[in-house]
Amino acid sequence: MDTPKKNPFSLQIDVSRFEKATEEEKRQQDVMSESTTFFKDGMRKLMKNPLAVASMIVLILVIGTIIIAPMVVPYGYEEMISVNGKRDKTAKNLGPFEYSKREQAVIDEGGSVFPHIMGTDSQCRDYFIRVVEGTKISLSVGLFASILVLIIGVLYGSISGYLGGKVDLIMMRIVDIIYSLPDMLIIILLSVVLNERLANSNNPVIQSLGTNMVSIFVVFGLLYWVGMARLVRGEILKIKNNEYILAAKAVGAKSSRIIRTHIIPNCISVIIITTALQIPSAIFTESFLSFVGMGVKAPMPSLGSLANSAREGLQSYPLQLVFPAVTIVLIVLAFNLLGDGLRDAFDPKLRR
Amino acid sequence: MSKYLVKRILLAVVSVFVICLITFFAMNAVPGGPFNSEKALTPAVKATLLERFNLDKPIGQQFLIYMRNMLHGDFGISLKTGRDISGTLLECFAVSAKIGGIAALFAVIIGVILGALAALFRNKWPDRLIIFLTTLFTAMPSFVFATLLLMVFCIQLKWLPVWDASNRSLVLPVIALAAYPTAYVTRLTKTSMLDALSQDYIRTARSKGVSTVKVIFKHALRNALIPVITYVGPMLAYILTGSLVVENIFSIGGLGKQFVQSITNRDYPMIMATTIFLAVIMVVMNLLSDILYKVVDPRIKLD
Repeated sequence: MDTPKKNPFSLQIDVSRFEKATEEEKRQQDVMSESTTFFKDGMRKLMKNPLAVASMIVLILVIGTIIIAPMVVPYGYEEMISVNGKRDKTAKNLGPFEYSKREQAVIDEGGSVFPHIMGTDSQCRDYFIRVVEGTKISLSVGLFASILVLIIGVLYGSISGYLGGKVDLIMMRIVDIIYSLPDMLIIILLSVVLNERLANSNNPVIQSLGTNMVSIFVVFGLLYWVGMARLVRGEILKIKNNEYILAAKAVGAKSSRIIRTHIIPNCISVIIITTALQIPSAIFTESFLSFVGMGVKAPMPSLGSLANSAREGLQSYPLQLVFPAVTIVLIVLAFNLLGDGLRDAFDPKLRR
Repeated sequence: MSKYLVKRILLAVVSVFVICLITFFAMNAVPGGPFNSEKALTPAVKATLLERFNLDKPIGQQFLIYMRNMLHGDFGISLKTGRDISGTLLECFAVSAKIGGIAALFAVIIGVILGALAALFRNKWPDRLIIFLTTLFTAMPSFVFATLLLMVFCIQLKWLPVWDASNRSLVLPVIALAAYPTAYVTRLTKTSMLDALSQDYIRTARSKGVSTVKVIFKHALRNALIPVITYVGPMLAYILTGSLVVENIFSIGGLGKQFVQSITNRDYPMIMATTIFLAVIMVVMNLLSDILYKVVDPRIKLD
């Protein structure tokens, strides 16, 4: 077949000057990396970050201990040590792996006593199980408070950002005012008031949680969501002005579809990261309040209240402070590092 | 600029008002009045007392009277001690301000030095050490750190007295209060210093033959300090809240101790006064640091 006469200035390709690729050359193309999804790519980056992986391991270990320890350890967190059904008053302020006189007697007779891994406290309670229970309570407070913040913040922020205009202006002024209130003072104030108001309440939820816990959640619901709301609003405003949203609108996409396929996937990572970083701050707040004496109700331990009650015997039994203190630091550190790792791996703005 | 100033001051005034509102009505929501005590009062005496403290008026009017007295510096008297509250507050504030001020200064100076060092020695061992320490301190609640300090230096090593009248006993509270802000300032300075060092004007200065010391101090550090200024407001707020526990642990008679004590005593006028006082300080500090930021950095658009 003869090719048509080619114009010297034409850009038309001269097919005769090309040759077919060999099999080997074709195979070279296959070496290129396989396509990944956003999530897979993020996870791969996260797994490469040693600090984030270590934090995950720590958190898994802590959560594992919370689940397993109460099944293995035969003591309850508010139960005083008893030997042969009788209360053992000698089992007071024991060191780690120490036995009281009466327990020792049982062991000498050939019986077995479960060791007190972290010793016992001033009221003859096994300290290990108290620390485990305290960790459980502190973690769940952190988690639930963060979920509360997540829900309120995302709803408020997305409404404000999506509607825009005057509504946005008014909603954001309210956020500005709440943002400038000193949160810790308001929490303490509300705890004082709610304590008095709810003290005689027969509501089973309040009874079991204690009024201080209820006020912590109330305050988180009232004050702490503003950071999340600002963030979500900012993200939505930014995404809303992108060309692809305009394009989607031009093609005739419904706003429900735009929210579902364009806006949510684009800001979900920022929301998750902020929630992960909110948990340690909630744990901080709870332990702070417990330390001031405004946290969980008396027999119930939290890491903060354990550290607080260890203060009285600080001179003689410093380990009772060290255990809860180290646990708080470990958990907060792990969440912070994991949050940073998640940000590095998933935040689209930091991607290179 | 003036528009921004007006807006910012207005916001501060509204916040202070909202705080007063919340505090006043929260305290009024507590069941039981101050004269429902165990001693039965005759109706006539009670009526006189109520009238004396304006408790017979509608709540809205009570609020206005409280606000008016407050603006004149009169917070009423403490239920516990019977003393004038504003006098007690000022006394305590002097103590807290001394410790808090030293802690804030310490945090800024040490934080900037460490942050600049970390940026200059990027990815070498001083950087890694500093970052390790700051990460640790941002994860440690102030009460944990304060109690650990007390345990190690006062009880185990006996280097410092737990409490005496000399300034030596202020060392540990100041360190305990300053730990978190120092770590934060360090991180902030490092980030902004790295940012400043990668700018074109640094390269220009270097290529002109300006000495390294001069480049660091005159060109890089000066620009890197601007974000630190924005943190001054939140830092003082943190130090104030931190003083609630630190002053209790070290038994220092400052605002923080007063506040926690008044809560334990259910001394409502005192709680109210301390909350408003602390809140006003925080709001004013935030306002000042925001304004300062705008003044210092001409690159920020003033709208």
